[in-house]
Amino acid sequence: MSVIDLDVGKYAAFIWPAYAITALAFTVLTLGALNHSRRWKKRAKELSGK
Amino acid sequence: MIPAPAFLSNPERFMAFSRWAAPLFGAIAIGLAVVGLWLGWSAPPDYQQGATVRIMFIHVPAAIMASVVYVFLAVASFLALVFRHVLADAAAEAAAPLGAGLTLLALITGSLWGRPMWGTWWVWDARLTSVLVLFLFYVAYIALRASLDDEAKAARAAAILALVGAVNLPIVHWSVTWWNSLHQGSSMFTPGALAPVYARPLYLMLLAYLAGFGSLWLVRIRGEVWRRRAEAAALRAARA
Repeated sequence: MSVIDLDVGKYAAFIWPAYAITALAFTVLTLGALNHSRRWKKRAKELSGK
Repeated sequence: MIPAPAFLSNPERFMAFSRWAAPLFGAIAIGLAVVGLWLGWSAPPDYQQGATVRIMFIHVPAAIMASVVYVFLAVASFLALVFRHVLADAAAEAAAPLGAGLTLLALITGSLWGRPMWGTWWVWDARLTSVLVLFLFYVAYIALRASLDDEAKAARAAAILALVGAVNLPIVHWSVTWWNSLHQGSSMFTPGALAPVYARPLYLMLLAYLAGFGSLWLVRIRGEVWRRRAEAAALRAARA
C-alpha cells in the first residue's frame, strides 16, 4: 500500500495555495452551475403554473 | 444533416438523459480524483523538481481542459450557427464559464509552479501568452452574449467570435514546439517522456477533470433549457 507524503518542505508556499485555489475553483464552478440550474427551474415552474 | 444522438437533438430526451448522467459523471469525477491524488501524493519527489511535481497533477489537466472545452465551445457554436440548433447554442453558452474557470485555474497554478522552477511568476512567451489569449476569448464570448438584448443576435455574434478564437488552439498546442519557451514541451502524450509513477495519477486526474466538466456542463445546459422555458412562458403570459 502506497503511503501519502504530505511533506513538501520549502515548496509549501507554492503547492498548498495551488491546491487550495483548485479546490476553491471547483467549488465555485459547482455551486454556480447548481444555483443557475435551480434558479431557472424554479422560475420556469412558477411561470408555467406547475 | 449531421447525425446526432437522439438526446442531442431533442430537449426532452436531453433533460431525461442529463438528469441521471450529471450526478453519475460527478461521482465518477470524485472517485477518479481521490485515486489520482492518492497515487500522486504517494509518488516520490521528482529528482529535478522536488515536491513541486505535485502541482503537475492539478495544473496539466486544467491546461488540457482549457483547450478541450474551447473545442466543445467551437463545435457547439458551429452547429448553432449553421444548423440553428437550440441545444447546441445552450451547450456553447454553458461551456464558456466552465472553460474560463479552467483556463484561469491553469494560469494561476502554472504561475505557482513556475515561480519556484523558473524563478518568475510570468513570462511573455508563446505558451503562456496564447493561454492568456484563450482566457480572453472566453471572457469576450461571455461579455458579448451578456451585452446584447436580442438573444438571437447575441448567440450569432458570440458563435462567430468562438469560431474565430479557435484559430488560437493550434498556437496553444504547438507553441512550445514552434518557439523557444521556458515552458516544457509536451510530455503527457509522448511515450516514455513521463515515468509511470507520475503518468498514472496524471491520466487519472485528467479523466477526473473531464468527468467533472461533463457533469457541470450537463447541469449548466439544463439550467439554460430551464431559462429559455421560463422566458418563453413569460412571453406567453405577456401576450395573453
